[in-house]
Amino acid sequence: MNIYPNWKNWLVVIVVALGIFFALPNLFGEDPAIQFKAPSSDIELTESDVTAVQSVLSEAGITPRSIEIDKGEMVIRMNSVADQLESIDVIRPRFKENSAALAFAARSPDWMKTLGMGTVGLGLDLRGGVHFLYEVDLDSFVKTEFEKYEASARKRLRTNKIRSETIKATDTSVVLEFKDVATRDKASATLSQDDNGRTFTNLNNTSNPSFSVTLSDEQLKVRQDFAITQNITTLRSRVEELGVSEPLVQRQGLNRIVVQLPGVQDPGRADEILGSTATLEFRLVDQDNDPYKAAQTGRAPLGTKLYYETDGQPILLKRQVIASGEHLSGASSGIDTESGSPAVFVDLTGIGAENMLQTTKANIGKPMAVVFISQEKEFYDENNNKLDKPITTEKQEVINVATINGVFSSSFRISGMGTIERATNTALLLRAGALAAPLYKVEERTIGPSLGQDNIDSGMQAIIFGFIGIFVFMLLYYKKFGLYANIALIVNLVLIVALLSIIPTSLTLPGIAGIVLTVGMAVDANVLIFERIREELAVGTDVQQAIYSGYDKAFSSIADANVTTFIAAVVLFALGTGPVKGFAVTLMLGIATSMFTAIVGTRALVNFLYGKKPRLADLSI
Amino acid sequence: MRIFSKTPNFKFMDKRKIAAVVSLFLIAFSIFSFATRGFNLGIDFTGGVLVEVGYTNNVELQPIRQALNTGGYEDAVVQHYGTTKDVLIRLLPQEGRNDAEVRDNIISVLSAQNSEAQLRGLSFVGPSVGKELKENGGIAAMTALSLIFLYIWFRFKWHFSLGASGALIHDVILTLGVFSWFQIAFDMNVLAALMAVIGYSLNDTIVVFDRIRENLLGIRNTEPEEVMNLSINEMLARTFVTSFTTLLVVTSLFVLGGEAIKSFALALIIGIVVGTYSSIYIASATALGLGITQEDLIPVVDEEMEEMP
Repeated sequence: MNIYPNWKNWLVVIVVALGIFFALPNLFGEDPAIQFKAPSSDIELTESDVTAVQSVLSEAGITPRSIEIDKGEMVIRMNSVADQLESIDVIRPRFKENSAALAFAARSPDWMKTLGMGTVGLGLDLRGGVHFLYEVDLDSFVKTEFEKYEASARKRLRTNKIRSETIKATDTSVVLEFKDVATRDKASATLSQDDNGRTFTNLNNTSNPSFSVTLSDEQLKVRQDFAITQNITTLRSRVEELGVSEPLVQRQGLNRIVVQLPGVQDPGRADEILGSTATLEFRLVDQDNDPYKAAQTGRAPLGTKLYYETDGQPILLKRQVIASGEHLSGASSGIDTESGSPAVFVDLTGIGAENMLQTTKANIGKPMAVVFISQEKEFYDENNNKLDKPITTEKQEVINVATINGVFSSSFRISGMGTIERATNTALLLRAGALAAPLYKVEERTIGPSLGQDNIDSGMQAIIFGFIGIFVFMLLYYKKFGLYANIALIVNLVLIVALLSIIPTSLTLPGIAGIVLTVGMAVDANVLIFERIREELAVGTDVQQAIYSGYDKAFSSIADANVTTFIAAVVLFALGTGPVKGFAVTLMLGIATSMFTAIVGTRALVNFLYGKKPRLADLSI
Repeated sequence: MRIFSKTPNFKFMDKRKIAAVVSLFLIAFSIFSFATRGFNLGIDFTGGVLVEVGYTNNVELQPIRQALNTGGYEDAVVQHYGTTKDVLIRLLPQEGRNDAEVRDNIISVLSAQNSEAQLRGLSFVGPSVGKELKENGGIAAMTALSLIFLYIWFRFKWHFSLGASGALIHDVILTLGVFSWFQIAFDMNVLAALMAVIGYSLNDTIVVFDRIRENLLGIRNTEPEEVMNLSINEMLARTFVTSFTTLLVVTSLFVLGGEAIKSFALALIIGIVVGTYSSIYIASATALGLGITQEDLIPVVDEEMEEMP
């Protein structure tokens, strides 16, 4: 009656063995480290690089735990997080070409790493780092979309020689007015040709014949999704530029993006880089009109646009953009040898380079301007009331005007960056690409490394004490069966750790709490079974039959209780964010593993020990 | 070792009217507290700035408060956090200042006051995030509740389903009541704890229900009230053991788990105590009050049998 088929026994043995195997790497812990890479991926670092890094570190009085080269990359292990943070500040300026990133290197033996066995990923609250939550400003993105369409419609009508009265973009549409119905229809036909996304509607409420161009909700959604995906891509490359080894950049909900940077302790710089919308434009300077007059009247002559230089001087530039941020293939910062001021060195790609070549060829001796475009956020209205959502305004500033001395196309430098920091940040932003839609930060959390360590220590301590308490109680209360339950509990913990090491999730403080809760529920499963066995024994049932009924009859209660808790966990997982999600994950895992260990695990053990003893008089329960 | 040498024979259901009065009073009191005292909501919900600072030696709060006041943070709430070496500072959303300014400024104010000050953590939360969290928390609780209601209906009968849901709502309101009356810090972790309370209380309720169902079907010619008393008594040892072991872990979490988890653990402690009581008095008594009988259960089993091929 109480004998498991062989396959079931083996199943338990295999699951336990696999659990121990995959939980193993966690015993070794990890070191705060710096991941150091060669300037390009086809160069492999050598021992001489190790010596160079070592000497820089010893100059700063830092002794690394070890330096090793793995697949052409260097891993510098540190004794403490403080050393790690200090070292990266020392290393970065000395090895500008290389990339250095904050990392955590596992201490497990190499064969485990080769097998791809990882450790439990730790959440920010346990490891320390910076967390940002950004909201994508979709309204202003849509507005810009219509502004862009306004410009392209204008251009298209002009090339087709259709005269329009006005073309005006609003927040949700573009309205075009014409002299007569015939022109309007012609314009409408021209623009709607091979345009399957926009909706063209004739209007009757304007003085002139007109039509509006709008986007359907579906089309809006497609574009907005695209903008968010684009923003995530850009944020990823910016994070890469910041040098973080295991960042998280993820969409959250409808229009939010969460960015987590483990190990980073400088939220100021990270925020400045991540949220920046800065980009560059190259335009020719208009020398035919008077910029002061334009500034006074606020009206730029046809084909020009009014700008201001850094010192406040007005300047007129041609409307035509020669090249802009999106045409860049590379950017780096440095000092301009001629002027001795900080500069950005840029490389242009195909169209940008071609345009630049044509323009410089035709305009030698004429001035060209570099426009620095950044976004500024206004958090308060005129009456100083806090706005629900900041208003983003674009700030455009001419940072450099230089005479074209010769023909150039793909590579050149921009001086006039002011400070070295600005040059470095601009180069970084240009490399990482521009954001498709403006972002604003709605949440920021910095967790210092010591706080993270405290959280781990106290969480572990709580678990250990809780466990000891349960162990002692179960042994006293259920004697040998208590011991079996305790063994199951340990296996349960090992399985949870193994699962957390395999699946890509991170353990948070509420996650530890989730584990503690499932421990309570695992104990409950065994209590239910054992109480049932006691009841059966009390009414004089045969021992083997009592064991059988105990497990059998308790099963439906245990299953129902676990299923309902699982439902609550799934809801939490689906609707919760951040730490709450972490709690839900461990709760779900814990319910699954505890059902296995408390029911199948203890049963296998009990069957193995008692199943073949038919004349059992009493149980140690 | 045993708590009871033989199955006890407490007449739980006799006292169900008294229990109902007590529970209704506590619920009314909790709702009164929600209305008059509200909650001590953390910045997760209200938005604002939270700064955690560590010092190498014990520090007094008054000088820090003073320094922050003169530094332009009149609304700063300053308190010790765990030990007297750690300080928690809470600010309302800072009008007219951007985050970067506040960050730099507050660090310089604090280190000017005491050069030992070491920033351990800093959070900014926008007001819109908190508003959403409140709404999502409510939605999560309602969704969980309805799904659980359906599951129990499917597994048992609607009397039980209503009984269990009533017990859950009872537990959540009373737990919230304690948080409101004693103005205990309510943050995002407490929200997770409330979900865990729902899970735990349910666990307890279902275990008792399961026994009631079994006994209602197995013991004929007995009043449902008697069957309930018997079932609860039979499960009493288990209820005590499980509540005790779970309380053991959660208390260890409360005492040793660190400041960040204290509110969470406290919510669980309250939830476990209230949940144990409610699975006896609210859940079972409601099912009884709704007139559950043996006949209600028998056809369900028959139907299931017939449906099976």
